[in-house]
Amino acid sequence: MPTKADQIIEQVRASRVWRSVFRSGTGNSTLHRALAIQQNIFLHLFATKVRKRMVRFSATWYLGTLTLGTFLILVITGVLLMLYYHPSVPQAYADMKDLQFVVSSGLFLRNLHRWSAQLMVFLVFAHMFKVFYRGAYRTPREFNWVIGIVLLLITLLLSYTGYLLPWDQLAYWAITVGSNLSSAVPLIGSKIHFLLLGGNQVNANALLRFYVLHCVILPLAAILFIAIHFWRIRKDGGLYVQQSDPKAQAAAENEPAAKEAK
Amino acid sequence: MSDHALNTRQAPPAEFDRRAFFTKIGLGSLGIAAAGTIVFSYEYLSPNVLYEPSPIVNIGKPQDFALNSVTMDVNAAIYLVRADEGYFALSMVCTHLGCLTAWNQDLGIIKCPCHGSEFTRTGQKIEGPAPKPLPWLKTWVSDEGDLMVDRSTDIPPLQYLRI
Repeated sequence: MPTKADQIIEQVRASRVWRSVFRSGTGNSTLHRALAIQQNIFLHLFATKVRKRMVRFSATWYLGTLTLGTFLILVITGVLLMLYYHPSVPQAYADMKDLQFVVSSGLFLRNLHRWSAQLMVFLVFAHMFKVFYRGAYRTPREFNWVIGIVLLLITLLLSYTGYLLPWDQLAYWAITVGSNLSSAVPLIGSKIHFLLLGGNQVNANALLRFYVLHCVILPLAAILFIAIHFWRIRKDGGLYVQQSDPKAQAAAENEPAAKEAK
Repeated sequence: MSDHALNTRQAPPAEFDRRAFFTKIGLGSLGIAAAGTIVFSYEYLSPNVLYEPSPIVNIGKPQDFALNSVTMDVNAAIYLVRADEGYFALSMVCTHLGCLTAWNQDLGIIKCPCHGSEFTRTGQKIEGPAPKPLPWLKTWVSDEGDLMVDRSTDIPPLQYLRI
């Protein structure tokens, strides 16, 4: 017996506007559900069907999804923080203090950004340990492991470039030390150091370059590689689930891959 | 040698292949454009004018420094040492990863707070991760009689400035 709410939802789903946006139709059949995933620009990265055991908490501990969650929090809070932060030497530190003590909810947003950043680095490592010790990096998922390494580097670079932006003593010396590490690259080390800082010392150019890297270049790179990472999960036969029985493991590994080959 | 067998069946190599020619021209121009983009990007990313403080600093009259004293100038990031042999200027920037070192008067050594490198008054490394001694900087007396230091020019150690 459909309730009143169900009827309203069905009416909305059958309306012309809704049908123009979501073209999979009003039905609830398996086909309709599959089409709803396949025809959505965001969801089509994922498999149209997943096995129940793949989405169990014990399969992945949801570490990858949680990492994406922290990334989304960081994008939202980061964009909001950008509205008050000027990446200039006289203002950067004062803006950071304003966010803490003057701007409404500024302290909350800044702390949320900071703690989510710490959590994201932790979750990326936890996710990678899980993948490594479960053996989920093996054929046919080797390339997605490589994409994961790229995402780890982007995460660490985001963390590092964000560290300079408060423009306090801790930030200044951490970036002085960190950027000097790049000077150790053979032959072109000092050139890399010069390009990274836009000068010979951590100064106005370095602050601006790190700001652009932190707010534009690295997030765009991260979004691109996250999209490839998710798409590859589908292409490589779905989420990896470890079976305690080796025979079941072999069967589970062949089965989704064979499905995908069609 | 299956390639050889394949080649014998193809047209004689002397014949002009227009498609291959245009492919080469196209790829060649793309390669030149890509190389040019790299060069222009590199040049764009390297600033030609830097609004950084001048490497040459005036640190005052020679007689203001007591004999056998080490004076720290934190803003200029240099030590001015007046030893028995004469004056010399030493960079305060640690050769390990660029932290500012500090003179420890009680121990008579220079210590880095970041990773524990230690140096003597003449810049020689005592211990720690620093790979090189602290560089000696070019020092001279200006026409007005002031001590000048060029922080961008290293000189070999133990070249004291005698006045």
